[in-house]
Amino acid sequence: MFKILTKETLAPSIFKMDVEAPRVAKHALPGQFLIVRVDADGERIPLTICDYDSEAGTVQIVFQVIGGDTHRMSQLEVGDCFHDVVGPLGRPSDLTEMPIEELKKMRICFIAGGVGTAPVYCQLKWLKKNGVEVDCIQGARTKEIIILEDEMRSVSNLHICTDDGSYGIAGNVCVALQQLWDEGRRFDRVVAIGPMIMMKFVCQLTEKLGVETIVSMNPIMVDGTGMCGACRLTVGGEVKFACVDGPEFDGHKVDFAQAMQRMRLYKTEEGRLYLQAKEGATHHGGCGQCG
Amino acid sequence: MDMMKKVPVREQDPKVRATNFEEVCLGYNREEAEAEAARCLNCKNPRCVQGCPVSINIPGFIMKVKDGDVKGAYDVISEASSLPAVCGRVCPQETQCEGKCVRGIKGEPVSIGKLERYVADTAREMGIKPQMPAEKNGRKVAVIGSGPSGLSCAGDLAKMGYDVTIFEALHKAGGVLVYGIPEFRLPKEAVVEKEIDNVRALGVKIETDVVIGKSTTIDSLIEDEGFEAVFIGSGAGLPKFMGIPGEQALGVFSANEFLTRSNLMGAFREDSRTPIMRPRKCVVVGGGNVAMDAARTALRLGAETHIVYRRSEEELPARREEVHHAKEEGIIFDLLTNPVEIHEDENGWVKSVTCIRMELGEPDASGRRRPVEIPGSEFEIECDAVIMSLGTSPNPLISSTTKGLDINRRACIIADEETGSTSKAGVYAGGDAVTGAATVILAMGAGRAAAKGIDEYLRAK
Ligand SMILES: Cc1cc2nc3c(=O)[nH]c(=O)nc-3n(C[C@H](O)[C@H](O)[C@H](O)COP(=O)(O)OP(=O)(O)OC[C@H]3O[C@@H](n4cnc5c(N)ncnc54)[C@H](O)[C@@H]3O)c2cc1C
Ligand SMILES: Cc1cc2nc3c(=O)[nH]c(=O)nc-3n(C[C@H](O)[C@H](O)[C@H](O)COP(=O)(O)OP(=O)(O)OC[C@H]3O[C@@H](n4cnc5c(N)ncnc54)[C@H](O)[C@@H]3O)c2cc1C
Ligand code: SF4
Ligand code: SF4
Ligand code: FES
Repeated sequence: MFKILTKETLAPSIFKMDVEAPRVAKHALPGQFLIVRVDADGERIPLTICDYDSEAGTVQIVFQVIGGDTHRMSQLEVGDCFHDVVGPLGRPSDLTEMPIEELKKMRICFIAGGVGTAPVYCQLKWLKKNGVEVDCIQGARTKEIIILEDEMRSVSNLHICTDDGSYGIAGNVCVALQQLWDEGRRFDRVVAIGPMIMMKFVCQLTEKLGVETIVSMNPIMVDGTGMCGACRLTVGGEVKFACVDGPEFDGHKVDFAQAMQRMRLYKTEEGRLYLQAKEGATHHGGCGQCG
Repeated sequence: MDMMKKVPVREQDPKVRATNFEEVCLGYNREEAEAEAARCLNCKNPRCVQGCPVSINIPGFIMKVKDGDVKGAYDVISEASSLPAVCGRVCPQETQCEGKCVRGIKGEPVSIGKLERYVADTAREMGIKPQMPAEKNGRKVAVIGSGPSGLSCAGDLAKMGYDVTIFEALHKAGGVLVYGIPEFRLPKEAVVEKEIDNVRALGVKIETDVVIGKSTTIDSLIEDEGFEAVFIGSGAGLPKFMGIPGEQALGVFSANEFLTRSNLMGAFREDSRTPIMRPRKCVVVGGGNVAMDAARTALRLGAETHIVYRRSEEELPARREEVHHAKEEGIIFDLLTNPVEIHEDENGWVKSVTCIRMELGEPDASGRRRPVEIPGSEFEIECDAVIMSLGTSPNPLISSTTKGLDINRRACIIADEETGSTSKAGVYAGGDAVTGAATVILAMGAGRAAAKGIDEYLRAK
């Protein structure tokens, strides 16, 4: 069984947990993900690996409550177990495969949005450990939901921005990146992880600026091993399976419009099921909430 | 009783079963089985046995059935097969054992599959178990994948005394038997799980949630975890798409996704948490068992369902029985037809498929007549879902992470047919991972052959 060793609430409805999963911890690298099932009837929920300790045999996950099963996960406490944890899945970030000396010469700027902050932290920590210094822009809607600030600051040159200007630079991550650029900062690579819409706009900006950009895609998945094709995306005109070919891709080649459309696939059915479960007999549909 | 005809088997009424997921075929009872067994001529040179890939002593077990000795019949089958309840249900008998039966020359062949199933089901109800393992020899063997090949290899090795662990990528054991073949053809709890329990009862450990090539590697199993030999039975799970315009539209699925959601995740049940699209009108592309299963699942979820297949009825690779059942249930077959483009509505959902009519030309490499397009014959089928069932190939996760393991052009692992040995010492392989998508009985046979090969290798070591 996969026991929960720590649980922390990072922001309203965002949780961090350390979970016992020795096989995953032993082989994990930054950029990879795992799949959990909360109980015997659980959905297969993909989550990015946010940290791992191969000695202790533990992995860290950070998740946001979105629907039925992430809600069930949030109800678990220290000492409870996940029914399943499988991974590490997907390819590690290509940064982990580059010679360290080369990495040290590169000027990299990470861009983290919302829960995307946690997977970025994993990469930053790995780079720091290997003596690589990088910049990071961390964005959120408002100050209250900024997560992991101290951790992020300890491993990068951090720039925080909020949409409502309640903390740091006023504006979204693109505004912040443009501001750094205007101040004369230059980057060889941007790595953006967050909501798909954020990654799309970052890519539009970096295309103009001429900076290579890597994004981490999170389409709907089932098995996570290349068996079902649910996670397919078009990248550079070719069909790719995010779970085995990714999840990281060259952002300038990703067909975001299509990827965002495919995310809607189960929204209707999903939303209906969740609302039905939550509202029971009072849920009659027709309010428009479930699309 | 007409000795030229099979004793008919009871089935759920097509109209009723088209709306449920319970098993279609209800199987023989004792009287029916004994009457059918009496049709077997107990041939001196039984041609049926030549047709069975694992050479079950068919007249041997049928004579026991005739005498009412189910335990005896089960023992005879167990000498050659470890999954009779499964094979009796899903083997393409018409091209294998029954296809060769002498009774079939003038009339209908003996219903060997249904009798095999009767024996396996009855034995299970009577609590008859396979023979127990010999003394443990303490030597560790790893088996990758819990499909028919992995289960049979593990079961046989355990009987020989080995300490066997199966590593399975998914959260449930069984391979295609649990994620692919639907409940209405192969009941999961009543049949598949019992077969897996039997393998566990032999002392085999099954560790789910381990993806070899990711969670660990074959080299690490051997070097760090003390396994002396490894059997790869990882199947052929990688789906193909056609590469036609519109394939990324919402409502286009691989058969694997559709079937996995329904079977493994139980999405056909109303109370399941896993979403599945319940199409109104569905086009399934392909003509194999997988296409039939996807189509009959979509039908049961409420869709008017069309099978679109580019060759003619004769070339349909699916089992005859499945095609027959599908037709009875109301699946519409659009044969000699091939999709060329999928169209989306303004929200990105499938709204129709343009197809083109085909005719059969010269035979191709497979010996079947090659379908060629009839120019200008395009027409449109209006629908809201398209399920692609075009075949699968082995997943490269294992071959790409195992040093010295040779594969062929089709990404299949190269293994010796007799022993299952691969290019890498101590590593064996069998089933769909070696042959490409094939059948349960071939996978099972390969698993058993490899168990022998591994035993010989380890004894000599
Ligand atoms: C590679 C990858 C990494 C991810 N990493 C994280 C992470 O670190 N932290 C985090 O909070 N979330 C992450 N997600 C998103 C997370 O998997 C979804 O929020 C979660 O599946 C929602 O499940 P639910 O049952 O609560 O929601 P519901 O809305 O009830 O949906 C459940 C169903 O829809 C699918 N689904 C719904 N939303 C998503 C989504 N955004 N992405 C993929 N599938 C979805 C689920 O697989 C499931 O089938 C990641 C997704 C992927 C593909
Ligand atoms: C829908 C469908 C219907 C079919 N109908 C019939 C039929 O009627 N009659 C018939 O004879 N045959 C049928 N077949 C074919 C038959 O099921 C297969 O030939 C048979 O299951 C192959 O067995 P296998 O053991 O080689 O592989 P599989 O059954 O595919 O099992 C392989 C297992 O290995 C696991 N695995 C894969 N990679 C890894 C990894 N890296 N690490 C750990 N585990 C891994 C998989 O998750 C899977 O559980 C059908 C197939 C499908 C898909
Ligand atoms: S295993 Fe298959 S081929 Fe062999 S006798 Fe049984 S049904 Fe026939
Ligand atoms: S060929 Fe037919 S009749 Fe002869 S032994 Fe086999 S099943 Fe019986
Ligand atoms: S999730 Fe099934 S192929 Fe990627």
